[in-house]
Amino acid sequence: MSFLPYVIAAWLLLVGLYGVVSSTNLIRTVLSLTIVQSSTYLVLLGVGYRTGGKAPIVADIPTSSKLVDPVVQVLVLTDVVIEATVTALLLALVVQAHKRFGSIRPADLRALRD
Amino acid sequence: MSRRARLAMFAIAGPGLAVVMLIGMHGMPAFGHYHGVYGLLIDKIEVPERHATDLVTALNFDIRAFDTLGEEFILFASVAGVALLLRKLRHERQARRRRGIEDHSFAGASAGLQVASLYLIPLLIALGCYIVVHGALTPGGGFQGGIVLAAGPLAILLAGRYFAMKRLAPEWMLEASEAIGAAGYALIGVAGLIIAGVYLKNFLPLGTPAMLLSAGMMPINSVAVGLEVTGAFLVVWTEFLDQELFVERDGGDN
Amino acid sequence: MTGLQLAALILVAITATAVVLTPEALRQALVLGIFGLALTLLFFTFQAPDVALSEIVVSTVGLPLIILLALRKIAEQEQARDREEDE
Repeated sequence: MSFLPYVIAAWLLLVGLYGVVSSTNLIRTVLSLTIVQSSTYLVLLGVGYRTGGKAPIVADIPTSSKLVDPVVQVLVLTDVVIEATVTALLLALVVQAHKRFGSIRPADLRALRD
Repeated sequence: MSRRARLAMFAIAGPGLAVVMLIGMHGMPAFGHYHGVYGLLIDKIEVPERHATDLVTALNFDIRAFDTLGEEFILFASVAGVALLLRKLRHERQARRRRGIEDHSFAGASAGLQVASLYLIPLLIALGCYIVVHGALTPGGGFQGGIVLAAGPLAILLAGRYFAMKRLAPEWMLEASEAIGAAGYALIGVAGLIIAGVYLKNFLPLGTPAMLLSAGMMPINSVAVGLEVTGAFLVVWTEFLDQELFVERDGGDN
Repeated sequence: MTGLQLAALILVAITATAVVLTPEALRQALVLGIFGLALTLLFFTFQAPDVALSEIVVSTVGLPLIILLALRKIAEQEQARDREEDE
């Protein structure tokens, strides 16, 4: 039970990779990549958690109380916003690929190699 | 590689990866037993030294401000990439007016939706500004408040009036806001370099904790990042919407 | 680990599997919004309000809108292509 967050993070990674491998059009690939990114958030927050710790805001609790680790929260916080923008970039690539090649199935994009 | 070959390879590689990850988890501390030193140190020294009550924002904009500079520029670069990819290519043309777009033809924006979005717009903008400015005191800061602020003009789109949204948030204003945010953050660091000798050092007076004007340059950094995130998200949405509504292929192929 | 954290973890695992197994891309975008809500609940139970605040806005407003617009643009290009081929 004490390793459950890490097990769920590993499950998210594998499920996301399965989605990438078995996708039939490129938009499904991009959405499965979002799941893979979420597994890293879970690992980071799981490492920083302290049993009995409170959120790291000391506006109304005494400053010497037990707090969870704030450093990993900083990493996950900026990562969430950047993930959305990078996914937008990938989707813009998919839209332009469809304009150029006429399809978004990975099998039809062999024209890149010719 | 065909889909079947990919799935066959995954059937072997997937369980192998799972086994490796499970073996690696044995070395990690159990969930809840936190062994790090840096976090405990930050808990002790942050309020006496930086006078901010929100530790996460203090780390984001003051103690580890250099990392935020890098991440802010990742955001800027991806949005520049989106704009570059979706701007009009040579063989496309801009349709002047699509039929039915002046009056809300977005699949029936009913009267209830329009009234609801009319209430939402000032609420969202006010909430966004509040979250951005109070970053150092309560949960909030530039990143969170910036997205809430970007959702404000988006509520106009929900009501079906895309042109009204473009009038409230024209493209030059969005791009200027994004550029000012990104450049402003870097220049505040330079001011820290000039005045206090270290890049991005907190050089403004620190004030008392839990007051609005406290924690030195943290609110200013927060506002810069908030401007950038708002501009970034609105530019991305406007690019995708313009693609969908205005850009069509020309007659001949390239 | 509290009961609420356990429930949130299991909810995240179930919705993630649902996202990958949903057949069409349009439905996947909506299930992705639900997955974002489950992640927000998880972040709250892990005592991280800042992270939950940014995750909820990004995954319910930001991401599904972009996905739906990209899908619409691709569908429209398919229609234009079919119309060109008919002529």
